[in-house]
Amino acid sequence: MSVNLESHEPLIVAFCCNWCSYAGADLAGTSRMSYPTNVRIVRVPCSSRVNPSFIIRAFQRGADGVLIAGCHPGDCHYHSGNYYTRRRFTVLKRMLEYMGIEPERFQVRWISGSEGAKFAGVMNEITQEIKALGPNRKLRDVR
Amino acid sequence: MKRIGVFICWCGSNIAATVDIDKTIAAAKQMPGVVFADHNKYTCSELGQDMVKNAIKEHQLDRVVIGACSPRMHENTFRKTVEAAGLNPYYMEIANIREQCSWVHKDKETATGKAISLVRTAVAKAARNEALFSTEMPIERRALVIGGGIAGIQAALDIAETGFEVDLLEKEPSIGGRMAQLDKTFPTLDCSACILTPKMVDVAQHEKIRLITYSEVEKVEGYVGNFTVTIRNKARSVDMEKCTGCGDCMNKCPQKVSSEFEMGLAERRAIYTPFPQAVPNKPAIDRATCRWFTQEKCRVCEKICPTGAIDYDQVDEFITQRYGAIVVATGFDTHKLDKYGEYAYGKHPDVITSLEMERLFNASGPTGGKLLRPSNGKPPKNVAFIQCVGSRDKAKGNPYCAKICCMYTAKHAILLNEKVPGSKSFVFYIDVRTPGKDYEEFYNRAYEQHNATYIKGNVSKVFPDGDQLVVRSVDALSGALVELVVDMVVLATSVDARSDAKDLAQKLSITTNAHKFFNEAHPKLRPVETQTAGIFLAGVCQGPKDIPETVAQASAAAVKVASLLSKESLKSNPTIAEVDQKRCSGDMSCMAVCPYGAISEKIIEERRGRETVTRKIAEVNTALCQGCGACTVACRPGAINLKGFTNEQILAEVDAICL
Repeated sequence: MSVNLESHEPLIVAFCCNWCSYAGADLAGTSRMSYPTNVRIVRVPCSSRVNPSFIIRAFQRGADGVLIAGCHPGDCHYHSGNYYTRRRFTVLKRMLEYMGIEPERFQVRWISGSEGAKFAGVMNEITQEIKALGPNRKLRDVR
Repeated sequence: MKRIGVFICWCGSNIAATVDIDKTIAAAKQMPGVVFADHNKYTCSELGQDMVKNAIKEHQLDRVVIGACSPRMHENTFRKTVEAAGLNPYYMEIANIREQCSWVHKDKETATGKAISLVRTAVAKAARNEALFSTEMPIERRALVIGGGIAGIQAALDIAETGFEVDLLEKEPSIGGRMAQLDKTFPTLDCSACILTPKMVDVAQHEKIRLITYSEVEKVEGYVGNFTVTIRNKARSVDMEKCTGCGDCMNKCPQKVSSEFEMGLAERRAIYTPFPQAVPNKPAIDRATCRWFTQEKCRVCEKICPTGAIDYDQVDEFITQRYGAIVVATGFDTHKLDKYGEYAYGKHPDVITSLEMERLFNASGPTGGKLLRPSNGKPPKNVAFIQCVGSRDKAKGNPYCAKICCMYTAKHAILLNEKVPGSKSFVFYIDVRTPGKDYEEFYNRAYEQHNATYIKGNVSKVFPDGDQLVVRSVDALSGALVELVVDMVVLATSVDARSDAKDLAQKLSITTNAHKFFNEAHPKLRPVETQTAGIFLAGVCQGPKDIPETVAQASAAAVKVASLLSKESLKSNPTIAEVDQKRCSGDMSCMAVCPYGAISEKIIEERRGRETVTRKIAEVNTALCQGCGACTVACRPGAINLKGFTNEQILAEVDAICL
């Protein structure tokens, strides 16, 4: 896939937990808070369902950024899931950095079901950050 | 190859105004496995659902994708639709093209592009959806109501009347809550105690209700139909069996403390009931102030008690109970006034809050129902009421309207004028809000018949002048500076969520809004349910409301509880973890991360060559698993998968997004 740097619109995959962040995304919608179209949400029951291999796969298939969003620590619908998320992805982030991926491309955020404005804000913010980095070339499959 | 049908909903203009429906349909028809695609103005309507059912039969569809609103809105609706057409309900996927597309994007071209991508993602997932089946789970047919105010009392009575057992939990020594503190109630001016205390007695006498006072929720485990709740019975230091409620101990106790129930306007003893009509009418020892517990002397109550009910050695007890449903009715705190120094609250005794005013009006209050100034014990002639103290104040208070203050201030103005003939009230307001049956008429009465003057303006300062108070404000309608000399100032204090609301929300796995009020599942259509099945809300813990609304919500919650408990059994959530025996290595990493203890070891026999060997593998308890999926990531050989959110499904979604 050839990438035109001038008009490059980044593609961002966001894994959102059903109970907090997906609800936050819905609230952003109900409140008509706009954010860029670059973000695509995958609904998962809990952020702890997200396997690091899903992130690698997204980067391989051409995603320019990946976000995992879950309930605030302490507020997990399943009590402790987001603690696992936090630990797993601290390690993965280090590994991705080691592989040469800019740290901004992979982010973990806590967004509750009542934080529609925060959801829209985070989407705006990371889209800008990743746009500034340009396309992901490091892990993208040569296709 | 699957035969997938795609249905794109217009949602009136909600989706169709921003997403090009025809283009989306055309693109969907090109997606792998899609054999049919169509659109509908309202897919959730009967007409729309019929269209889906007919298409399933006509085109032999075996998977269905609906491009519409959030699955959190209509997933169940459409699962039932496909089930009615003979498909497994879990063959249906929703592409959220409203909340996560048309409502957040403005440009039609890019929004349409994203909608197509969302539909493609859902199609990719649906192609890998497997049939899932619920199992039947038994229900513990008892309910717990947390909070013994009017909301909890009403909910408990209504549930009990349907024949189910209820435990009513209250953290104070008596039920009654905030309503017990009030004097009269708007808009009828009937006395709060006269309508509340009979209900308190009903609760105490109802054979299906068990009162658990002076107790708090310690831990909540389980799920709808099968909650296990650990309750902390705080040490009351009084044996409830032996105590007759004679009250001798309270009369003789030498230690006086400021009474919380009287808002600090009167004293109680260290051994106390919060108020004379307490239910149960048996005291508790406040160990923080009792002389025996603080100084190791006294023991007067023990000597005086005719039945030997005093027990200084009691300790907190923990009891574990099982319930099928829980109603949360924990009420509110009044707003703290430490940021409102300009009103001289706490500096001048004649500046009081509206709840303190209720106690001064109350016949069983510190003044015996005579309205007297706290500073000199004389009746006030002129009283200023300041509205919205801590409400509608983005700078230093709550941004929301506390809803009840306009009405109770009108009530105070009327009562003041009735109690002190010739007295006047001056109400400083931002707006007067009186929506409600007979409410506007009640407010009219205050200024037409009871000497209330309403002045639109924010008070900037309250300061003493001799033995009186000066209230400085602007009359916003004339622009003139106003300085009034009054005898008392009453602050219409805002309503806050309980300070420990967040803590309880965590225990119950329910959510709160930005102001720590508990969230209902849907603001319009599911106002008493929470997002956690089996847990319901009643009263101000969900958001500010007055007594009629609280009672209505409590009765609504009771109906929800009764309809849940009257079922024979519940259908389990089938999107739970599943172990592939062949791949499981038995290292049990999954067991370590499971928050529900749903994974256990199992020994299986296997043929290996000619030998039969035994080995250990993991097994999922389908009744305990809640489907978070934490185990699927911990599993090293990739043997555990989450049904409904399998690795294959999620990877297919990622691939479809990145196409």
